[in-house]
Amino acid sequence: MTKTITRADLSEAVYQEVGLSRNESADLVELVLEEISAALERGEPVKISSFGSFAVRHKTERVGRNPKTGEEVPILPRRVLVFRPSHVLKDHINRTHVPRA
Amino acid sequence: MTVTRTNGTFCLLVKQRVDHVQGVPGRGGETELMTKSELIARLAEQNPHLYMRDIERIVTTIFDEISDALAEGNRVELRGFGAFSVKSRDARVGRNPRTGEAVQVDAKTVPYFKTGKLLRERLNGGVDSED
Repeated sequence: MTKTITRADLSEAVYQEVGLSRNESADLVELVLEEISAALERGEPVKISSFGSFAVRHKTERVGRNPKTGEEVPILPRRVLVFRPSHVLKDHINRTHVPRA
Repeated sequence: MTVTRTNGTFCLLVKQRVDHVQGVPGRGGETELMTKSELIARLAEQNPHLYMRDIERIVTTIFDEISDALAEGNRVELRGFGAFSVKSRDARVGRNPRTGEAVQVDAKTVPYFKTGKLLRERLNGGVDSED
């Protein structure tokens, strides 16, 4: 059965590991996510060694289609976020979770 | 002894060249890439009451927790930021793009990240590109 990990679980892990108060642990988890978000918002890539990197990509306008009506609609230019997992993360996931025949 | 010195000189040269190219002297606070150590340095600046060592452990703990959850096949959902999950890829016959030679690629599990609504909006000046 798969579980869903949330901020609360990350805060608890920080609390157990570092020994700050529960409140401060939660604040710091939030601050880490905020710093990363702010860097990406400025257009700066964020690289976390042995985890992966986040980068912002610019997409130009293109023509899309409403799959239901077939109607052509312009897809406006936008910035999208891409996550590239590091080899360490990919290996970690496959070592323990690879579906073996 | 000789090896150490050669290495030291080499590192110094590389560092100077990087600084020169980016035009940023010193610790490189203005470089257009945020690394884990830069993230830690920024958090330390905002939290002078905490030890640098502890901030390092906080950041490491967060990403270790996410990695371990994914390795167990679990999902990590951080509202506003995004969600990490894993996807299974079937075995397939791939091709070496250089030689055209067919190679067997095993089934594997890959990590996947979907950007959260709020972050997507922040990247696009407050407009959600998926609405």
